[in-house]
Amino acid sequence: MEVDAGTTSAVGTDNQPTPVLRGRSKAIHQFTQQTLPACKPVLTPAWVIGTFFLMGVLFIPVGLISLHASQSVNEIVDRYDVDCVPDIFKNNKMAYIKNASVSKSCHRYLKVHKHMKAPIYIYYQLDNFYQNHRRYVKSRSDEQLLKGLGYNKTSSCEPQAFENGLPIVPCGLVAWSLFNDTFSFSRGTKKLEIERKNIAWKSDREHKFGKNVYPFNFQNSSFIGGGKLDTTIPLSDQEDLIVWMRTAAFPSFRKLYGRIEEDLEEDDIIVVHLMNNYNTYSFGGTKMIVLSTSNWLGGKNSFLGVAYIFVGSSSILIAFIFLLLHVKNPRPYVCIFLKDEGQFSNGCS
Amino acid sequence: MAHGRMRARLKRSSLYTFGCIRPPRESIDEPHQFQGPGFSRHVCCNEPGFHRKKPLKYSSNYISTTKYNVITFLPKALFEQFRRVANLYFLLAAALSLTPVSPFSPYSMIAPLVFVIGLSMTKEAVENWHRFMQDMKVNMRKVLVHTGNGVFVRKPWMKVEVGDVVKVEKDRFFPADLLFLSSSYEDGICYVETMNLDGETNLKVKRSLEVTLPLDDDSSFQDFKATIKCEDPNPNLYTFVGNFEYDRQIYPLDTPQILLRDSKLRNTSHVYGVVIFSGHDSKVMQNATKSPSKRSTIEKQMDKIIYVLFTLLVLISLISSIGFAIKTSKQKPFWYLPRDEQRLYDPTRPFTSGWIHLITALILYGYLIPISLYVSIELVKVLQALFINQDINMYDEDTCTPAQARTSNLNEELGMVDTILSDKTGTLTCNQMDFLKCSIGGTQYGIRSSEVELAAANQMAMDLQDLSRSGTRHGSEIELEVLPGPTSGSSKNRIKGFSFEDIRLMNGNWYREPNADVVLMFLRILALCHTAIPEVNELTGGLTYEAESPDEGAFLVAAREFGFEYCKRTQSSIFVREKHPSSHEPIEREFKLLNLLDFTSKRKRMSVIIQDETGQILLLCKGADSIIFDRLSKTGRSFEEATKKHLNEYAEAGLRTLAFAYKKLEPSEYYNWNDEFLKAKTSINGDRDAMLERLSDMMERELTLVGATAVEDKLQQGVPQCIDKLAQAGLKIWVLTGDKMETAINIGFACSLLRHGMKQICITTNGDMLTHNSNMGVKENILMQITNASQMVKLEKDPHAAFALIIDGKTLTYALEDDLKLQFLNLAVDCASVICCRVSPKQKALVTRLVKEGTGKTTLAIGDGANDVGMIQEADIGVGISGVEGMQAVMASDFSIAQFRFLERLLVVHGHWCYKRIAQMICYFFYKNIAFGLTLFYFEAFTGFSGQSVYDDWYMLLFNVVLTSLPVISLGVFEQDVSSEICLQFPALYQQGPRNLFFDWYRIFGWMGNGLYCSLIVFFLNIIIFYDQAFRSDGQTADMAVVGTAMFTCVIYSVNTQIALTMSHFTWIQHFLIIFSIITWYIFLVLYGMLSPDLSGNVYKIFLEALAPAPIYWLSILLVAVACNLPYLAHISFQRSFNPMDHHVIQEIQYYKKDVEDRHMWRREKSKARQETKIGFSARVDAKIRHLRQKLHKKSSTAT
Repeated sequence: MEVDAGTTSAVGTDNQPTPVLRGRSKAIHQFTQQTLPACKPVLTPAWVIGTFFLMGVLFIPVGLISLHASQSVNEIVDRYDVDCVPDIFKNNKMAYIKNASVSKSCHRYLKVHKHMKAPIYIYYQLDNFYQNHRRYVKSRSDEQLLKGLGYNKTSSCEPQAFENGLPIVPCGLVAWSLFNDTFSFSRGTKKLEIERKNIAWKSDREHKFGKNVYPFNFQNSSFIGGGKLDTTIPLSDQEDLIVWMRTAAFPSFRKLYGRIEEDLEEDDIIVVHLMNNYNTYSFGGTKMIVLSTSNWLGGKNSFLGVAYIFVGSSSILIAFIFLLLHVKNPRPYVCIFLKDEGQFSNGCS
Repeated sequence: MAHGRMRARLKRSSLYTFGCIRPPRESIDEPHQFQGPGFSRHVCCNEPGFHRKKPLKYSSNYISTTKYNVITFLPKALFEQFRRVANLYFLLAAALSLTPVSPFSPYSMIAPLVFVIGLSMTKEAVENWHRFMQDMKVNMRKVLVHTGNGVFVRKPWMKVEVGDVVKVEKDRFFPADLLFLSSSYEDGICYVETMNLDGETNLKVKRSLEVTLPLDDDSSFQDFKATIKCEDPNPNLYTFVGNFEYDRQIYPLDTPQILLRDSKLRNTSHVYGVVIFSGHDSKVMQNATKSPSKRSTIEKQMDKIIYVLFTLLVLISLISSIGFAIKTSKQKPFWYLPRDEQRLYDPTRPFTSGWIHLITALILYGYLIPISLYVSIELVKVLQALFINQDINMYDEDTCTPAQARTSNLNEELGMVDTILSDKTGTLTCNQMDFLKCSIGGTQYGIRSSEVELAAANQMAMDLQDLSRSGTRHGSEIELEVLPGPTSGSSKNRIKGFSFEDIRLMNGNWYREPNADVVLMFLRILALCHTAIPEVNELTGGLTYEAESPDEGAFLVAAREFGFEYCKRTQSSIFVREKHPSSHEPIEREFKLLNLLDFTSKRKRMSVIIQDETGQILLLCKGADSIIFDRLSKTGRSFEEATKKHLNEYAEAGLRTLAFAYKKLEPSEYYNWNDEFLKAKTSINGDRDAMLERLSDMMERELTLVGATAVEDKLQQGVPQCIDKLAQAGLKIWVLTGDKMETAINIGFACSLLRHGMKQICITTNGDMLTHNSNMGVKENILMQITNASQMVKLEKDPHAAFALIIDGKTLTYALEDDLKLQFLNLAVDCASVICCRVSPKQKALVTRLVKEGTGKTTLAIGDGANDVGMIQEADIGVGISGVEGMQAVMASDFSIAQFRFLERLLVVHGHWCYKRIAQMICYFFYKNIAFGLTLFYFEAFTGFSGQSVYDDWYMLLFNVVLTSLPVISLGVFEQDVSSEICLQFPALYQQGPRNLFFDWYRIFGWMGNGLYCSLIVFFLNIIIFYDQAFRSDGQTADMAVVGTAMFTCVIYSVNTQIALTMSHFTWIQHFLIIFSIITWYIFLVLYGMLSPDLSGNVYKIFLEALAPAPIYWLSILLVAVACNLPYLAHISFQRSFNPMDHHVIQEIQYYKKDVEDRHMWRREKSKARQETKIGFSARVDAKIRHLRQKLHKKSSTAT
């Protein structure tokens, strides 16, 4: 009687005769029979401890380097929105900002604490300004920015799409609320040159904002938002607008204003001449001016380095804990099924 | 046809005494009196034209088991799709995305939905098409139909109409429910095999009305006209009420005149019949319940998780809309945010805006609900099913049938089965009997072992090897009692039905045995005591036997091999060609057949009374051993002890036994009896049957025992091993069979469900009780039996004691009633094996439902015939045995396999894999969608709860559909914790499924927690890193597109790293798909960035220009991906080291190559990786070893 010979799922036979196949048919056979060669990593203690340790060894130096890079960045931050309001308007900032006849000019003095190597980037920073609000983000027309007046499907720009029956270029709330404080700098008596070109992404300038599109009918309504635009310059050259139109991700954000292309020495006093035009007073926002150097990691932010060091040291800690547990209480790797539970016992022979 | 005509001369009805005696005509010739509803069917025989228009238009013979047709497909399939809450939600979201409320563009909502729904519906359509093709195969079967003028033409079944006269040939199925008119036998009987209906393999006799007997050739139907009035279509297989109007006379019709669809004509060359019920009206189709759409446990649980996620979704939507309302009302108005045109955002009406925002938020956070989950699961299951279909180890070479997953949505349920309910005939057994051993005159013959013995011996040999190695001192002594291994040269020209091997009886050697006369008597009983008919095989010239049961066939084959070839039967004689060793030529002897007392399940015996050539009258009797032993004369008991011992051994070896006895009759004694018998036979009293029975009983007394036979009900290949493995895997096995109790018990022994020393609890009702007691009395009796048994089980102290519950169908009807069923179930659950015999198809389904609902565990029903359809459909998983003729079971099943033994691989390998794959896959799905979806929520808090998403619409669209879908699909399709061989060697691993270790709430919430953690890490690390400073050396600060893209990259890396950690089996496919997903993301970014800016918006050139040159971007990815997965890695490392699960240890043993280096240890581990089991031959071996040890212990204690 053939009991074992024919049964493919035979009981005691460990080695099943597999048909000898070559090349493609072998691969197909392996695939359909789910016997493709595979690597089956097993998390053995040595492997686990090694991995965690290695990760620590790798992460801590990276963290230190990042931290160092971040530390080497110098930045000067100055909030000016409060101090630039003349004393008589201190209790009614709204009146100040809305009154066109009051001079908005203001001076700030910034002390350089450390030598700052060119290029030094000038940013304006707004807080509590929701450029990422859905109502706001939607309110633009990328196609109009590229095609100009010819494009009139600008319903998303409402209510800043048409004024007096004529289309607005650029339309939408984003452009309408363009930041319009201006800055100029001087060191001592000498004016510092600010480079205002090439502050926006190259691709934006070249492909997203039309070279032949000029502002039209912009800020002509009774309710004026932010800055006005020079109608003789095509949008592709209006870099302030381009930078502004890149909506920020957070309600507190910096945007590039320009570059100072000379080094600032320690203890230099920089005078900022600014026109405080932009209204953040009505909603309690703040405005700051930031001068910052940068390096390969960007601006000043030590978080990345700290996080790397933290993750690296945690994994070394885990490696040690594992090592300790394993030395103290090694699990024999030949173990026994406890029949009733299907689980293993630790103290098996 | 030659032998057909020969046989037609024989009036078969006179061969039988009880079964088909035509009762005297006058007694019940009253037509049935019925009227009114329920009996409205009116069939005009031979005039199908009447049935083509109303009101006599009945359903056609076209059957369809498909779910949809061309017209209903779209609405029905769509309806099915949107019954899933998640899909309905996405439909609503897609509809809303067309309004300005939506935070996304409409295409990013509609496209995935269309994709997902389309894919699911395609799958439905393909499956439906397969069903349709299978239906068509049945519909296109051909049958001869009368077309007028006595001409019969072959037509497909679907064209057969009510009223048609059809001619069905031998071994064909009846195309519809027919009224039996006449057959090739003169007396209008025919044999029908109803295996497809009730699973019974013995042939049933059907008999036509006498008045239609003359209609026995094609031409006589030229102007045959009659009408039938009968009951309406109903599912009752065993009743039929109707009247037949013919020649202005009305005759009553009953079940014997009805040939049911899907039963098969046997031993009769042809029959004529009129179609009464066709197509879906036929009884078998009425029995078919609509195939229920089954859903796996995991899927049901998944629904709950979806509800949890919905709750979460609503919760965070509420939080964000409340946040929004508060933010807008408390905040001094932003002058740059005026209200919009539709006033959906209106700072002056914060609460209205808040409500509207709620809708926005509900759509926005939709990413918590994985839209592609269902479709991915479906895809994975189809691929898994493909692997099941392709598995070469489940391919039956004899019938060329592979395993087939017919519905793929239950794959993972295969890994969670707790109870298997199995049919017997055709499932466990092949319904072929082999004559294996016999005991004649107290001597045992037949040296071959049964399969069960062999299997047990193998197991024992293996265990002993281990025992002796581990230094147990009893080892050697036990070894002595181990059975001999399989005999060599086993399969030289095997004869079907005959596996006997013993030189003492073969080739006429019996003549030299000491008690040759007893052997002679034994062989004569073998050759004479039966109701079979010999048939000349035209090809070989040899004889084949058409017997009512396969046992009988095996006996005749055995007799032939021993030299007693039964060659001819006439009305009154049986001719046997006897080959005596003394003479070379066989002598043909004639035995006059005087009476035949045939077999009924009540009598459990049959006898013939014959007169041999010398005039000696003999009663030859065979029957169940208990019955025969009761009827032995004082002098006839000389071999009783020895025979009883042998019978016990046979039963233990899983063989079917019958005892043989005879009695010499004095002619006067016989004739006296025969007179009375004849009188009784022709009497017209109601108690005729009782009288006949009493007379038979009188005759079958004072017998002399000759011996006993042991027939192996040939199990399907590998069944004992398979049952053993399944038992070791912790599965419970119930056998539900339509067969008699004895047969069922024998098979129980044969497949090791029962063994010696197991306490059998038989719950029965005897006939008297049924007739005399009221319903209540019977019930009380059964309840008492059940409680007693339960008590016994409870009080049992011996931990090794095993109980078997055996219950018959009649009792089951009571036990399944509401007030008893729980007690019954409790008892059954306590028993190691349960055998239900004589159960109807309906009861099979009821038992299945009881187990399913009563225990709440997953049930699997396996069967091969139409009688198993109910059970197959009722169970959580239905498995059909394919390769045999009937397709009903397969059609109704979820999986079909060619052999029972493939069930082991199907469950232990594929089930285990599929379960883990799907469970891990779903968990991962929820993880990744939570990890992703929650980042949207956090970001919202930074946008003044305005509903702005930080990601581009396209990112989100691709997230589920492309960027993270392929690795998870590869996890679902290819993951293996251990290889298939290991699965089979460590069956206990299977228990991970039934215990649901991989999809319990603890694990699900663990994964969700992991997702929450990951979302926090991804979001907050990124926003702090990209906060307000320049992110690259040329001074630009990060805008929303940069932050979004960087964050999204981190999500992609984190979830893909996560899945790499989750997997434990990497082929090149997994490697490729994980890396591919990440690379696809970059390719997409580059390509998308290259599109014209009016399409790509802020993403224009973002990667190449802004992100790729920024080291901080790459550093943040590394940091976030590691930080996200560090705790998970620590967790799994810890779990593996200090609280390992079964598969961890096996993986490690394998990893350290223990299976190669330390085979002894490997085997020891293997033997431990079994569930404690009380059934299967391993348990049998254990029991035997225990028994021997006890004996040894006793011996040694007495010696000291």
